[in-house]
Amino acid sequence: MTDPSRAPSLEAIGMEKRFGVLAALDNVSMRVEAGSVHALLGENGAGKSTLVKCIMGYYRPDSGAVVLDGHEITIRSPRDAHLHGIGMVYQHFTLVPSMTVLENLVLARAPGPGRIDWEAERARLDTFLRTMPFTVRLTTPVAALAAGERQKAEILKQLYLDARFLILDEPTSVLTPQEADEMLSMLRSMARSGRITVLIITHKFREVLAFADAVTVLRRGRLAGGGSVGALGVEAMARLMVGEDRIADAASRSLRGPGAELVTVEALEAVDDSGATALRGVSLAVRAGEIVGIAGVSGNGQSALVEVLAGQRRARAGAVRIHGTPYHATRREMLAHRLAVLPEEPLRNAAVATMSVAANMALRRFDQPPIAHGMFLRAGPMRAEAETLIARYRVKTPSADAAIGTLSGGNVQRAVLGRELGREADVLIAANPVFGLDFAAVADIHAQIIAARNRGTAVLLVSEDLDELLELADRILVMADGRVVYETDAATADRMLIGQHMAGHA
Amino acid sequence: MSGIGWWGVPVAVLAGAIRVSTPFLFVSLGELVTEKSGRVNLGLEGTLVMGAMSGFAVAWLTGSPWLGVLAAALVGALLGVLHAAICSLPRVNPIAVGIAMMLFGTGLAFYLGKPFIEPKAPELPALDLGAWSTSPAIRSALKVNALFFIGVALAPALVWMLRNSGIGLVLRMVGDSEDAARAMGYSPRLVRLAATAFGGAMAGIGGSFLSLYYPGSWNEGLSSGQGITAVALVIFARWNPMGCLWASLLFGGAGALGPALQAIGVTGFYHLFNALPYMVTLLIMIISCSPDRTLAGAPGELSITR
Repeated sequence: MTDPSRAPSLEAIGMEKRFGVLAALDNVSMRVEAGSVHALLGENGAGKSTLVKCIMGYYRPDSGAVVLDGHEITIRSPRDAHLHGIGMVYQHFTLVPSMTVLENLVLARAPGPGRIDWEAERARLDTFLRTMPFTVRLTTPVAALAAGERQKAEILKQLYLDARFLILDEPTSVLTPQEADEMLSMLRSMARSGRITVLIITHKFREVLAFADAVTVLRRGRLAGGGSVGALGVEAMARLMVGEDRIADAASRSLRGPGAELVTVEALEAVDDSGATALRGVSLAVRAGEIVGIAGVSGNGQSALVEVLAGQRRARAGAVRIHGTPYHATRREMLAHRLAVLPEEPLRNAAVATMSVAANMALRRFDQPPIAHGMFLRAGPMRAEAETLIARYRVKTPSADAAIGTLSGGNVQRAVLGRELGREADVLIAANPVFGLDFAAVADIHAQIIAARNRGTAVLLVSEDLDELLELADRILVMADGRVVYETDAATADRMLIGQHMAGHA
Repeated sequence: MSGIGWWGVPVAVLAGAIRVSTPFLFVSLGELVTEKSGRVNLGLEGTLVMGAMSGFAVAWLTGSPWLGVLAAALVGALLGVLHAAICSLPRVNPIAVGIAMMLFGTGLAFYLGKPFIEPKAPELPALDLGAWSTSPAIRSALKVNALFFIGVALAPALVWMLRNSGIGLVLRMVGDSEDAARAMGYSPRLVRLAATAFGGAMAGIGGSFLSLYYPGSWNEGLSSGQGITAVALVIFARWNPMGCLWASLLFGGAGALGPALQAIGVTGFYHLFNALPYMVTLLIMIISCSPDRTLAGAPGELSITR
């Protein structure tokens, strides 16, 4: 057992894990010093989460050992990991949304089956919270917390469970830059004081440089390298992460100024699934040949905006005009205005998982010639069109007849983007188009979006990744609490200022 | 009823609310617990009929109605365990299993219950709350069965349990976020097994009320879909135990309106009045639904496609 009052060191030695023929982890070793902040860097599918899931006891590694403070330990389940003081904050939060923070924290301590003494539990938690560098309102239901607050509650939960070795999976992906900095520096100071050791899974160099002491880089299930952050530098880390893969060149944007106003949104209001107001009078305009980026922490109305434009949600008030005519998101209007939509999670929102790639690619146009022939569908043209798009958009699929649900996330994204942009589009609405994709796919999709802009498409790009917006957009609007609260030219944008508006203080 | 004329109608509705609601109340409270754990058990209709049959059989054989209730609860719990066990196999759809269990339960009850169709079993005791009145209608209306009081007490007890006990919190967690439960080392499968067994036991007790008190005998036409209606009542009650209580009373009362009106001579629209509970349900569902919102209070893991 480790000294329960001190941050432990942890070493993973020769970890291997296979899923069928795929080696998710191939002889990976990593050493995390006691009281340090260690970054685990790698692209999607590099094996980062497999490695930590082996450490946490979700997976049994095929071989390899975990050494905690010099003693080899066996972890068969997350419960074992907790007993050794290893806790993890997941990317998908594990708090129960309908319960209050208090109920969640009490539950985490595995209460007995009987009556819960709320008075005593509260007193105990208040004492605990006084020793913490930050706090969260205990009586708020988790569903009502902003993402940053939820993240804090998750961290508090682990610390309340006496976790001394804290693993965080992409902890800043849902935070504003300020929230991210605040949380990371808080974790670092807790590590400095010898209270905890922190392992952060990330792909953001900025955070690694600013907050991590050491780094381990994985690539395709293997150890690509590592060392102290100061000694490595960004260049070396990027090379370790991507390897010798060639990255598509950053798409060059033509400097032709924007054209006529194609999309006009006026005082749009809508409610979300729970009946709460999601849009409180959003107005914006997108012109031909321009990318308008919508920044904001998730859950501030961006999804509702995209859903209204895509026809997935009814607006309660306000108006949308495309080409100057009223738009109600009917199929006929989408066709007439040549509207393309790439929603988030396209497999769920824009594709039928069990249908073939060819059928999915025909969803926009199956009722038009040449695919439609009277009331019949013609398989030949459908297939031919799909094959053209598959080649042009580099969709990796065994064939046009494979079910689209069997493709990887990046390829589903490419397939849907191909369908939407396959014919010239006047308007493109894209929401988090590269979420969860690897470097090559990100560069590819960004290039397609820029190319569409250069051809004169009006692009509305919603993203939770500010860096993506700063790279792609011509103008950036910030949404907070269902309103557009700030607008700036992307070329002269100040990320800290944008961050303040995202957080709603400015 | 002629003695009190038009007053017979509210009295009969009250009597119906109390008498007819009891099986609805037990089945819906049981199903509520099952659904709070994130699973739907549509098989409760079969469980109800099995409970009615086994409760009646045991009461007749032993002479004790309470042993009958106990037996019904045990049989119900066993059917619940069976449902949960089948559902925890991979790639099994709980809706299909529920429908199969419904047919299995009723079929088995008819088969095993043949010898008990004729006899009369000892009845469950009732409290005479109407002893003060001289009107036979009021006296019979206020003759309230002990199981009704247990069911009424159970609703607030469940509210308290869901909010203030470890069991309640774990149950809600499993029903709301399986990931959270797993991350904390609880087994959703075991929690659902227990919750489905509890739901089955409650449905069994509800069935025993049918055969041991009202109507008070065992035959194959005993249940007219109370089990399946009670499952729908849980949604109607928005997963709130007190809501189940009010919904059961409303349903029982509305069901008694038709016969009561007939008793005082209003014979027109008899069948229409019999359909009243269902119309009231539809109406309330339509009023309380919204195209913009998902159902408030629904456990997050509850899905018919899972």
